[in-house]
Formats: sequence, structure tokens, C-alpha cells
Amino acid sequence: MLRWLLGSRESQGHAEKSPVLNTGEEQTQNPYTELLVLKSHHDIVRFLVKIDEYRFASAGDDGIAFVWDVQTGEKLLELHGHTQQVTAITVLPSSEICDEQIGLILTASSDRTVIAWNCETGAQFRKISDFYATVKCLVVLQWLDVWLSGGSELRVWNRKLEHLCETNHFPDAAINALVELPKNCVAAAVGKDLVIFRLIAPSEEEENWDVHKIKCLSDHQDDIRSLININELTFVSGSLVGELIVWDSLDWTKQSSESSFWDPSSPQEAHQDIRQWSPQNDISIQHLATDGQLVFAAVGRGIYVYNIEMKRVIAFRRLAHDSNLLHIAKLPNSQLISCSEDGSVRIWEFQEKSQLTAESVPAGFFSMWGFGRTSKQASQVTKKTQDAVLLGTLELIGDLIGHSSAVQMFLHFDEHGLVTCSADHLVILWKMGERESRLRSSILFEKLEQNGGLQPKL
Amino acid sequence: MQKRRDVRIEQFFVPLLLLLRSGAPLGHAPAALVIACAPRREPSALHKLGAGSLLPLYLDSPRLESRAQALLGSGFLCPCPPHPSDNMIGAPDVVALTKEEPLQESCIDFPSLPEEYSIPLFPFANDASPWSKLSAPKFTRDFILISEFSEQVGPQPLLTIPDDGKVYENFDLNYFSLRIMSVDYQASFVGHPPGSAYPKLNFVEDSKVVLGDSKEGAFAYVHHLTLYDLEARGFVRPFCIAYITTDEDKIMQQFLEISAEFSKASECLKTGNRKAFANELEKKLKDLAYTRAVLHNEMELQIRTNDKGFYTTQAIEKANELANVEKSIIEHQDLLKQIQSYPYRKREETDFYPYEPDGSHDHTVLDSIPVTLESDEQPEDHCETGIFPRRPSYTPKFIKAKSAKCFDKKLKTLEELCDLYFFTVTVDQLTQIEKTYRGDICYLIENQIEKTLLKQLHVTNFLFEDSSLCDERNLENQYDPNLESMLDNHVPKSLEEPESLKVSASLESYKSSVESVPIKMDPDVVEDDSQETEVTESSAYDNQENSEALDVDLKGSISSGESIEILRTEKSASVLTHSESQPCLPMHSSPQVLKRKTVSKRTVSEDSIEVLSTCTSDTLIPEDFKASYPSAINEEEHVDDEEDEGLQLDTNFSLKTSTVEEYCGSENEITLASDSACCIGKESPHFLGPQSDYEQSLTGEDNVVSVPPQPFRQVDHGCHVNFSVEDGENPSVFVSGATSVNVFDPNLLSSSEACRTSVDEHSDSTSFMSSASASTDQTPSPARSVSHLSERQKRKAGQNALRFIRQYPFAQPAIYSLLSGRTLVVLGEEELIVKKLVTALSIFVPNYDTYAKPVKHWAEPPLQIMDFQRWKLIGLQRVVSSSGSNTLHFLNRYIRYASVLDADSKTLRCPLYKGTLLSKLADHRTQIKRGSTYYLHVQNMLTQLYSKAFLYCFCHCLHIPMSEKESPEDVTFRRMNYLQLQLGLAPEDVKVVQYLAELLKIHYLKECGVNVQPLLRFDYVPSILYKI
Repeated sequence: MLRWLLGSRESQGHAEKSPVLNTGEEQTQNPYTELLVLKSHHDIVRFLVKIDEYRFASAGDDGIAFVWDVQTGEKLLELHGHTQQVTAITVLPSSEICDEQIGLILTASSDRTVIAWNCETGAQFRKISDFYATVKCLVVLQWLDVWLSGGSELRVWNRKLEHLCETNHFPDAAINALVELPKNCVAAAVGKDLVIFRLIAPSEEEENWDVHKIKCLSDHQDDIRSLININELTFVSGSLVGELIVWDSLDWTKQSSESSFWDPSSPQEAHQDIRQWSPQNDISIQHLATDGQLVFAAVGRGIYVYNIEMKRVIAFRRLAHDSNLLHIAKLPNSQLISCSEDGSVRIWEFQEKSQLTAESVPAGFFSMWGFGRTSKQASQVTKKTQDAVLLGTLELIGDLIGHSSAVQMFLHFDEHGLVTCSADHLVILWKMGERESRLRSSILFEKLEQNGGLQPKL
Repeated sequence: MQKRRDVRIEQFFVPLLLLLRSGAPLGHAPAALVIACAPRREPSALHKLGAGSLLPLYLDSPRLESRAQALLGSGFLCPCPPHPSDNMIGAPDVVALTKEEPLQESCIDFPSLPEEYSIPLFPFANDASPWSKLSAPKFTRDFILISEFSEQVGPQPLLTIPDDGKVYENFDLNYFSLRIMSVDYQASFVGHPPGSAYPKLNFVEDSKVVLGDSKEGAFAYVHHLTLYDLEARGFVRPFCIAYITTDEDKIMQQFLEISAEFSKASECLKTGNRKAFANELEKKLKDLAYTRAVLHNEMELQIRTNDKGFYTTQAIEKANELANVEKSIIEHQDLLKQIQSYPYRKREETDFYPYEPDGSHDHTVLDSIPVTLESDEQPEDHCETGIFPRRPSYTPKFIKAKSAKCFDKKLKTLEELCDLYFFTVTVDQLTQIEKTYRGDICYLIENQIEKTLLKQLHVTNFLFEDSSLCDERNLENQYDPNLESMLDNHVPKSLEEPESLKVSASLESYKSSVESVPIKMDPDVVEDDSQETEVTESSAYDNQENSEALDVDLKGSISSGESIEILRTEKSASVLTHSESQPCLPMHSSPQVLKRKTVSKRTVSEDSIEVLSTCTSDTLIPEDFKASYPSAINEEEHVDDEEDEGLQLDTNFSLKTSTVEEYCGSENEITLASDSACCIGKESPHFLGPQSDYEQSLTGEDNVVSVPPQPFRQVDHGCHVNFSVEDGENPSVFVSGATSVNVFDPNLLSSSEACRTSVDEHSDSTSFMSSASASTDQTPSPARSVSHLSERQKRKAGQNALRFIRQYPFAQPAIYSLLSGRTLVVLGEEELIVKKLVTALSIFVPNYDTYAKPVKHWAEPPLQIMDFQRWKLIGLQRVVSSSGSNTLHFLNRYIRYASVLDADSKTLRCPLYKGTLLSKLADHRTQIKRGSTYYLHVQNMLTQLYSKAFLYCFCHCLHIPMSEKESPEDVTFRRMNYLQLQLGLAPEDVKVVQYLAELLKIHYLKECGVNVQPLLRFDYVPSILYKI
């Protein structure tokens, strides 16, 4: 039994050892066989944000934001206004509460301004420039119809970009991340601390908006790098030194934590790893993603899947990429996508499986590797999987190579494909070739019908 | 042949119109021989010709008679082919002669002619069939001959294109000129028509005649035109341009095309001529005005000194003279008016862009352009405030009433008549025509059929190698902006001035421009060149002119009756200062005129014309443009096209070197010379490598005209003009060089490039290749003027591709990569080897679009993903650095997008190919020996592929569900079924067809206005490493 498990782990172990994890040329499960290069930026492109099903915006260090059509790759809008790099971007969707139906794109920049743009026309809706410091994060609280900007202080704005209220200054740190919590609360990552704020909407007693600091959670040993909601009840934060803490969203208590992503228990492995990279760098939690039950953590170069119910890691790839990951996302299907500083985007197949499924691993697979090797790994694996009831596998099914520099972020559009942005100034639209070809055919026949013949007409 | 002779006139309905007439206003006139015959079935044909009845045959001289006999005897009888346009005004142009004419077939079944109508045999022919090929033609290939019917010496040949004695070694040009000029076409009457007080200019239309000469084995398309010359009798000089070939079919079948091309050339000549003529009239008028003033003064002086109350004979003489001058002035003014009022309708036909004087043009631009001119004028103005005006723009001369002997005077050369610029442009056009129609008729026809067919293939034509349609489109796109920018830049003061200054001009009728000449100019080129030599040149000219004027004055005046005579004497005071000493020198006053203009803009009406000449010398006539820039977009179209030019260039060069080097003596010249020498040295498989970076940068820019390097241009000029006489030590060589700047000919540029490459290639050639190329080079192949690749390029590419498939066992997978849209990177250290491979392989690359092929001949690492999207074939430099395999590193990274052909280690890394399509396309045991054949073979195979792709792409049921029940999977299944079973394609071949179909789709959608961004399709397939 254990041997089967070992077998499956062994394959991972092997993959991890080779510095270049190569899927091979043949990627039958990789649907992306067509790409469009969108070249307009002239500096690192750091942010991508989905506007609706057909549009997305990209922004980066050149201070320009572009709005693209994800279907055709056409550039729809150019948003020029910032003089320095864009530090945060978000979309304020058109709301039913308010009469104004225009969606807004909000961009914050190092020039200490936030600009709201009209989604449709690209016109500058309004510019706010009275910030003391760079705004590093923007978050929209849709049900309150307000948005928050986080920099050296937290400010609350309404849709008309009217300043509603703000918190005190954080003298020595700035808000790096914001997450919305139930009961009108938000959690802000300020340095090593998590600060919980509560927003008070105008009511009978209170005329104006207000924001109060409720609690400060100082469990992290280092700066909090990533902060996301898992579900209604829990949220999770990750720090630079590899601590992952799961919090209760309602009473802000620590539910569980995991900090043993890096366990140098095996001296051989430790030796090997030290030779290859510095551990410090390797355990920082770069980005977090979730599907509601599982937390997918990009830790250094690896991907770890953490089950919050079981409060432990159920699958991992220690060396998912050649360098640090920058972004990770779970797709609605069983796939996971990660991108990294090494310029690659990888598609993983995550499968939760019981011991029974584990037994279905073909024997031939196991026989490929010698027993001696397996036994070397044994101690580590047993430790990891001590009382494993459920275990997952993370299989690389494809990679997307196109960028020549770090892939900063990506955005998944269900049927239109995937958008990646990178430090090489490019935005690449990865498309499913088969589907695109079909689409073109149907447009073609549509046009043929319109033209009534082969003679092309405009 | 015998049959032909037996054809009876009776077979034709009122069959003959023989008109032989000494029609011209000149002494022994060119006779017009018009033979019209129409089959009985087509009486309307004769009506069209305007010949209702049989006209008597006049023969005014025994010589003409015999010639007519000869013509008839040769059996050259048949109607003229349909005329392209109805712009014939004079007599019907009808002489056409052929033995295999469609019409003849209809004649065959008719009974034979009665004896009295049968035509006597060509008296000089021993052979029964004088037109048969047995009477070997005395020239090796087609050429174009320009002849003149000189009023002094009769018909004489002026120049041939190509200007290569080898072409017409034994061919009697003089005799042939006589022949073609004697077939005059119309009453080009100029003079005093009855009922008119003044001489009348006829704006005569050209005529087009086809004739044959069995003696010389030549057939000719003859295009007659008339140019105006103030000094000529009746103000006209008849010229003709003839396309001479041994193949009468070529002329008959290509009549429309040839005649259209010739009309353009002729129109160009005439435009220049009208300008020059008006110019000349202007000066003449000034002279006359001056003469009148002088005579007036003398008269008054006489009257004052002589108060006896009666007139001396002297005084009467003076009065007569004065009256004559007055009359002459009126006549000339009338002439000027006539020439200026040249019907503008021609404009539209000939693509000339009329100049609109009322300035819609930006004044700021106008002001900025002539800055240099202004600054140069400053000092001159100062001078003129000094003691005496140093430089009047034109010094009027006193006109002696005494005429010189008719035969004493020197007639203007054609260049002088037409303005050097226009002349050069015309020669360019003719050269282009010659190139286009070179070679066997079947090539031409084949090409035309192909062209028409391609035009109909709206959907797929972009895939084909030479889609002329695309070229046309490109050209249109290309020169439009140019024209506009040039117009904008130029128009400037040149044409505004006359408007403002007109009042003060002595000629009230003078319009701002002689005629609407297109004004486009590249300011920096012209101005720079003109400024350089301005001072010396202009002053020299000035002195010369002044002294001449003085000379004229000293000679005094004698009375004369005839205004014409007076006109003739004007000769000595002609503007063409150097024309006397250097009769045939290809030079015109325009350069100097240009100089003078830049210096003194005070003189008014003069100025306006001068400016015109400046502008027009920069005029790019659209046709010309087409001819010389078929391909600014495609960077290597012209590379190897011009070997002939290279030859020519070299011969010219030896003559010119001494003079040219003085001015530009750069090493460029020397290398050029040696290169072209190499070109001639041996026929080697010139590799059509891409040009150097220099030219790439050149062609990369839109405005090609602004960049051409100086030295090339001068040689270029020599090349065009060198037909006449050696130029010796004439200092004005430089002047002409400076003007020819305007006539930028990229062909030459590229020819030099080609030479350079060929030198390199030379060393690389294998014995097999050189023999192959030698054999192919002997047959002249038609060079298409607008073609994606030149014929030569195709041949070379074909040769190299042939070599590639023979040498490399993995040629098929490499080609498979190209055809399936996978970028092929040719990696190597040596640029030449890489480029050669790239060129060889480029014939397999399907075009993306109507633009240039997605081929990058030489790139330096690293490549980006964009490059794989943009290029399908890349020559990549292998960087040998200390860091080692840097190049390979990123290639490894992108290996899924590209196949890598390592030219150094001769390996190929690419997907496995197991299909069958390519075994026919690239069979290493192929029996095909010649590059051009292989090229055609490839085209043929690709065409088959394209048709498959077309079927696949436009088959409705393969892409769209037939019913709502059908799932996309069913459609996919059907699709694959179709590809594999119906079309019988292997999986790899399926990919090829799918890729091509995708290209078709994208192209069609783009044509329909759907926004399709450039995209890169790829597959995740494993590559394997092929080795030799």
C-alpha cells in the first residue's frame, strides 16, 4: 500500500529534482494552441483585471492602462493619465443600486493619484490626488456601493468618488492588502499585522460614514504578503516567511496555521536544496488562491494545496517552477494555473483522491524507478503523509511559453482563453486553437452568406 | 507562305485603301502608306477606318514606289488589330502585317484572287517566303528604336534601348528608320492654315502602326509622335518609337498592351516637349520685344538725325523690319497661347496630377521649403544693387532678320526638345517596356493568363508567389502618400510667384504654368545638389550667355521678310549654350535654368517657367513610379533583376569614371565598378540574397526617394544617357548628374547590391550549379515588371531549393514545417550560407497576406515570441560568445514554435513528417535539373495544395453542424473524415491543409472587414533531431 503511494510520490520527487521540469513537447491536454501578442505597453505589465466577459484591462509600470477585447485581441481603449507606475487597478462595476450604470475602472499610481475611468469611453471620470502616499490596494465593497483605497491610511469613497471617511495614518507601514469581511468589516494587511476595520454606514444615529479599527492581529512573524477570503466564514493570510494562517471571518480568531512548507528534515534533501536556492526566498507565500475549501498557496517555487478542514497540506509540488511563483489560480475545472518569474505559465491537473484511487497507479509506472531511490524518499514521505486519508496529486499537464521575462499575472476567461502579462512588456492572449478555428469558420460562412458569394465585400 | 501570296484582293470587300502620299509639309516627305483591308464579312471594319471607297494610289517618287511594292510584295496585308482607345485623330492607322492572323483563317476558303489583283513578290527576296524565319533576323533580341525624320538628313535612328550594340549587330538601323518613318501617319500640319492669319499648332494624336520587314527579319510596332520645335520647319519634328522584334506574333498579340505602354512613354515625351516649347517661346518673345525696342530706338534716332522730311531707304528698311518683328511677336504670342491651352483632357488618361494653382497648400510649408533659395538670393540682390546687374535671368537678344541656311543650323536633340528630365523618364519607361516584353511570346501570354486568372481568385490569390494584383494594390498604396507629400512640400513659390508677378510680365497671356505639370519634389535632394555648384556653374553660364548676346548684337541686323526666317536666326542666341559644341550631349538647359532660378527670381515671366522646370524635373510620373518601384515593400524584389544594367553600367563606367570620380570619387564607385565587372565575368548562380542592411533600411522607409546615395545616382544617370556620344571633358557632366538625382532608379542600386552578393556567391558555387545557371541564362526569360520575385530570383531560388532537397535528406520535414506554419529558424554563423538557405526555402513559405513573405533573412538573437508570429522563416545568427550556447538557450525555450535547421552542423530539429504530399514536392532524386523548372514545379504542387485547402475551407458541412442534433464532435469527425478519406491526407498533411485553410479564412475575413489580429498557431508536438 505504502509502496503505491511511494510510487506516485516518487514521480513527483523525480520531477522536482530535475532543475528544469519539462512536460515534453506533447501536451494533449493543453488546449491553448493559438496566441495573440498584444504589444502596447512599454514597461512591465503588472496587472490584469477583468471588466466583463469580453473585456479586460492591463496596466503596468508605464502608467498606462489599456482595455482589450479578449475575443479579438483588439485594443479598445487607452487610458493615459498617470505619470508613474500603476500600483493597483480594480473595476467598479455598474450597480443596480445606483442610477449610474457606467462601470468605472479605478487605477492607483505611484504619483499618488487615483483615477477613475469610464469603462466604455475611456474618458477620465475623475482624478483624486490628495493622497499622502501611494495607494497600494483598492477594494470594492459592492453591497455597500463604496470602494476603499489602502495606502498609508484607509479611505472610503463612494461611487461618485466622494471621500467619505478615513482611518488614521499608519506611521511606519502601509496597507498592502485588503480583504472584505462579513458585517461591514475589512481586514487590512499592515506590515506584519492584520488590522480589522469596521465601516459604519449612515443611519438614524450616524449621519456620516465612519470607519473604526476593531482589532489588530499580530500572529505573523513577517510581512503579510497575501490575503484572501476562502469563503463566508474564513479568510487566510500568508507571510514572507511562509506562515499560512487561516482566520475565522466572524470573530477574527486563528483557526489553523501551517508553517512547515519547508521542512529540512531530510538532510539529503536539505543539502540538495541549499545548493540550489536560498531557503528564505523559497518559503515566502507569494500568492494564494482558493476554491472555497482548499487553499492553493504559491510558496516560493512550489505549489501547496492546503485543506482547511483537515488543516494540513494534501498535495504539493515543491519545485513547480524554476523560480518564484507570482500568481496562482484555480480554474472551475480541476485545473490550476501558476505563473512564475521564470517566464512560464503552467497548467496543473489537481486531483483529490483516496487511497483507493492511489492504488490504481499502474505498476509499470512504479517499476520505472528503482527501489533504492524510493526508499531514500521513504522517511520524508511517511512523515508528510502520516495519517493521510485523502491525498491529492498535482500533475503538470501543460505549459505556456511565450514571455521572455517574469509573468506577473494572468487572467482566465472561461472560453476565450487566458491572458498573461509580463515584465517583457507584452500581454499574451492564449486561445484555444480548435475553438478559434471553428469560430472563424462560422464567421466565414456568415460572411459568405451576406456577400452571396466568394467575392469579399466590406 | 505561298498561300498568303495567292490571296486575292477580290476576297475582300472593297479590299484596299492604298494611300501613298507625300503628305507632310516637308520636302521629301514621309509617305503615308495606309493599307486597309477587311474581309467581306466585316464591312463595318472599313467604315471604321473611314475608307469608303477605293482611293487611287499616288506614288510620288520611285523610291517610295519600290518600297510600297516591297511592302505589298511581302504580303503584309491585314487589318490593324483593335485599337485600345479611340484617340486617333489623323488618318486611320492601319498597316498591319502578319501571316498568322486570325482573320486569315477566314480568308482561306475564298476563291483565289484574279491575276490583276495579285500582289507581286517582294523583288529582293530570293526566298519564296521572305518573312519566314529562314531569313535569319539580324539581331539577337527585341529592342526599342527611337527615330526621327530629320528635316536635314531624313530618317535617322536616334537611340536604341537597350543601348547595346550586340543586340542589333548586323541590323541596319538606318534602313529600318527609313522604313518606319516612311510610314507616316497623319497630316501633322502646322503652319498657316487657310483663313487663319497665324500659324496654327495642331495637337496631333499619336498613331500606331505595325509593320514588318522581311529583309531584316524584323517586325515592328511603330508609334509616331510629333514634337514641337520652334526652329523646325512648321514647328514640328516627327519622331517615332518602334518596338522591334523578330516575332510578329508578339506584336500582334500584345498590340494593345504595347501600344498602351508606348502611349504613356510618348505622352511623357510630349509633356516635356510642350513645356520646353513654351519655354522657348517665352524667350523668343523676349528677344522679339527687345529687338523691337532696339529698332524703335534706331528709328527714332534716324528720324531725329534726319529731318529732311523724307525717309531714306535705311529708314524704310527699318520700318519694315519693325513691322516684321511686330508681326512675329503676335504670332509667337498666339503660339504660346495655343501651347498653353493644350487640352487638359489628356490629364486624366495619363495619370498626371494636375497642379491647382489656387493654393490649397500650406503656406508655412511653402515658406519653409525655399529657405535655402532665399538665403542664396540675398547676396545676389546685393550685387544687383551694385554697379551693374550681374545676373539678369535672361538676356534678350537682338534678332537678326537674316536667316541662316537651312542645313547650317543645328537641330535640337531629343533631350533638348523634351527637357532632360522627361527624356530620362521616358527612357526609363521604355527600358521597362523592353524588359517586360523581352523573351518569348508564350511566356508573356502565359503570364498574362496567369495574371488574369489570379485576379479572379479573390480568395486565394494572396497565397501565390506572384500575385500581380497584390502588387498593384501595394503600389497604389505606396505612391499615393508619396505623391501627396511631395505635392504638399513642393508646390510652393515656384508656382505662386508667377501669379503675383504676372502683371509685370510682358506677356499678358502668360499663365502660371505652361500646363499642368505634376509637381512633386523631394526638397532636400534637389536643393542640395543645385546649391553645391551653383556659383561657379551659374556664373560660367552667365558669362557665356552674355558674351553670346554681345556677339549677336555686333553682327547687326539685316531686314528680312519672313517671320519664319527670323525665327530661324534665333538659333545662335539659343538658350542651349552648349548645344553647339556638343551636339548630341544629353543635356538640356534645365539644370542651368534651375541654377539661375535659384539665384535671381527677379525676372518675372522667365522665372515662372524656370521654376516649372525645376519642379517638373522632380516630377514623378506615376507610370514611371510603377516601373521603378514595383516593390518598395518587398525588400528583395529587384535584387538580381538587373544584370543587364550591370553590364551596361560597366561599359558606361569606363567612359565616365574620370569625370564622375572627380565629383564623388568615393570608394563606392570603385567597388561598384569591380562588382559589376565580376557580374559580367562569369555566369554563376547568383544568389538572390537580401540586400545589405543599408538597403533594407532604405526600403524599410516609406519615402524611398529621399535617401538614395549620391554616387549611385550619378552612375545611374550615365547609364541612361550614355547612348549618345562620349562626353569628354565637358564640365557639365556634373550638372547633368545633379539633375538626374531626381530620376532615382532603384534598379541600379539594387543591381549593385546584387553584384555584391553575387561576388560572394561566386566563390560558393558548385560546378553543377554554375553549369545549370549558364544554360538557363542563355535563354532570355521575360522579366515581369510587377512581380513578387523577378524571374531571375525565382530561378536562383529554385536552384538553391533544388540543391537543398538534394543535399539534405531531411528536406521534407523542413518543408513540412514551413507549410504547416511552424517557423523554421535557420541557424548559422555565416550570414551568406544562412541567407542562401533562407532564400532557397522561402519558395515554400505560404504568404500570410498580400504583403511580403513572412521571411526574415538575417536576424540576431534573441528572438521574441513576436518574431515567431511575424516570420515563418528566419535566418538566425549563431552568436559565438564566451557564454556559450546563448542562442540555443532561448531557442530551446521557444522550441515548440520553431523548427531549427542548423546550417553549421547540418542538423534539423523539427516534428516528424510521415505524410506523402511532400515526397512529390521535394524528392531528392528528382530529375528536374533547372532552377526555374523546379520553381514552377513547386508552384504547381503548392497550387494543388491550395486547392485542397480551399475546398476544405469553404466546404460548409465540414465546419457547421448540419442539424441541431449534431454536436461539434460530429462535425469534427466529419471534418477529419473528409481530410483523411476524401482528400487522402496523412495526419501531417492534414495539418498543412488546415494551416493553409486557416490562412484563407483569415484573409477572407480581413477582406470582409472583420478585425483579425495577427496570431500565432502552434501545436504541441515532439520534435526529433535529424542528421545528415
